Amino acid sequence: MQFFKRHNNVLPGFGPTLGFTVFYLSLIVLIPLSALVFRTMGLTWGEFLATVTAPRVMASYKVTFGAAIIAAVINAVFGVLVAWVLVRYRFPGRRFIDALVDLPFALPTAVAGITLATIYSPNGWVGRYLEPLGIKVAFTPLGIVLAMTFIGLPFVVRTVQPVVEEIEVELEEAATCLGANRWQTLKLVIFPMLLPSILTGFALSFARAVGEYGSLIFIAGNMPMVSEITPLLIITKLEQFDYQGATAIACVMLLASFSMLLIINLLQKWSRRYAE
Amino acid sequence: MSIEIQHINKQFGDFTALSDVSVTIPSGELVALLGPSGCGKTTLLRIIAGLETADNGRILFNGEDTTASHVRERRVGFVFQHYALFRHMTVFDNVAFGLNVRPKSTRPSKGEIREKVMKLLSLVQLDAMAGRYPSQLSGGQRQRIALARALAVEPQVLLLDEPFGALDAQVRAELRRWLRRLHDEIHVTSVFVTHDQEEALEVSDRIVVMNKGRIEQAGTPDQVYEHPANPFVINFLGNVNLFHGRLSQQDAEQHGPVEDAVSYVRSHDIEIDRKQQDSTSLRAEITNIQKLGPTVRVTLAIAGNSKCVEAELTRDLFQNLGLQSGEAVFVRPRQVRVFVEDYQI
Repeated sequence: MQFFKRHNNVLPGFGPTLGFTVFYLSLIVLIPLSALVFRTMGLTWGEFLATVTAPRVMASYKVTFGAAIIAAVINAVFGVLVAWVLVRYRFPGRRFIDALVDLPFALPTAVAGITLATIYSPNGWVGRYLEPLGIKVAFTPLGIVLAMTFIGLPFVVRTVQPVVEEIEVELEEAATCLGANRWQTLKLVIFPMLLPSILTGFALSFARAVGEYGSLIFIAGNMPMVSEITPLLIITKLEQFDYQGATAIACVMLLASFSMLLIINLLQKWSRRYAE
Repeated sequence: MSIEIQHINKQFGDFTALSDVSVTIPSGELVALLGPSGCGKTTLLRIIAGLETADNGRILFNGEDTTASHVRERRVGFVFQHYALFRHMTVFDNVAFGLNVRPKSTRPSKGEIREKVMKLLSLVQLDAMAGRYPSQLSGGQRQRIALARALAVEPQVLLLDEPFGALDAQVRAELRRWLRRLHDEIHVTSVFVTHDQEEALEVSDRIVVMNKGRIEQAGTPDQVYEHPANPFVINFLGNVNLFHGRLSQQDAEQHGPVEDAVSYVRSHDIEIDRKQQDSTSLRAEITNIQKLGPTVRVTLAIAGNSKCVEAELTRDLFQNLGLQSGEAVFVRPRQVRVFVEDYQI
């Protein structure tokens, strides 16, 4: 019995291409990740639990995932706004701003971190005006949210932008003819159409923020229990030659990220149920 | 609800979309705006709807000036060429949209909405599709849903922008007959835009022929077809042959002392015969024969004339005559319309 049914397709070589895809993904993604799990297996279940639930580690999860979710929510709101403005309005400098959106992609994260830390520090350009108001940004969890927002913005803008471009003006006109006001048109017609792409952008932005290291260590302040992110904790463990401890924490992060992405994917599928 | 269009002008940059357009659309009629693309018919429709504003001029609904009122207040049903259905909503929710967005004070209850939507869906013969999404419907079905959605808000006027433009020939023919029957049932004043003369002649009570932002002629399909006001109208409605020539003494009395005149003869008004009938018969040679289903199109070269003439015969007549390509015959125009040459086509 043939396992795969043969289909006549214009693209030749289903076998080789599938083989290559699996091989490539294994080499790049699967083998390193499984090595992570194998390394962790050196620990007993008790040791593992003790390592990953240590108070300092728990605090770092809270900081990392909490800040990443807040940053992704901020990006989901303002990224949609930016995408909307870039698509719907014509103004001088539009192309420049459009290019600016990609900057966080390209900028070395350390540069971003140092820059943000400098201008938001108590004597920096922006920080000096926030200081009297009692708002401290640099070297606090707020700084972490700020840096995560910075690096995650392009993900939302770039996923939402093409979808906004595709929304026909006719749909809005149809809604208006049927008696809907601007707010109802936005809520009932436009937003539901954007939702799947907003969720994708949110997921990407969130995943990027959880994995971020370079820019955060400069602005976070790295105070244990307060503003220490999980990736930093992993580095600390590595520096102490506690490889198994480091991989154990990494495994937890992997699991958490993976399940969150899975949930968001399911949500996204549900929000696109109308497209056959 | 009658619609009066008074002296509408619309300019897009340097392009004049409409210039001094005035026409009255009587209550309860189905009117076609007919013209080639770019003639301003869609712009006029959008101005009636309020989706576009005229540079000047007025639109009256039942004698009441609506020029300043917003689209939402005009109570028009608008059907778009590409349906513009909300693809994230089921067919039911699409049709119910106009009722659901009403302010609480005037919104019908859930039960009433359901009853009304189901009634409309059975009117457009799609009650079985209520739970589907637009992507699961065919083009013709989608356009019927779009129509049901427009009718749900009980519009004073129904405006359709090339409603059958995106459909294939057979569905299009079926759907326009259905639209005619539907209009006979509900009698809402309707205006539809089309560039298809056959569609306009078949469906409408009245045709407004437009060209280059102006109205060339308005009248019943018979008036427009039988008594075209000018060369554009005769040219746009059906295949037509041109004969250039001078006016005879008799015609000149009617048209004044103009030398150049053009005669227009519709293809199906050209008779082909083997014998010379009278002085209007012209000697010609058959150059091409095309069989188009029920009719046959014969292309002829008139002796001493560089232009070719096309004649349309019924298949029966063609077979009785037994015409062959290359044969020498006589042609005789059965009905001629003469327009003096002040009009370039």
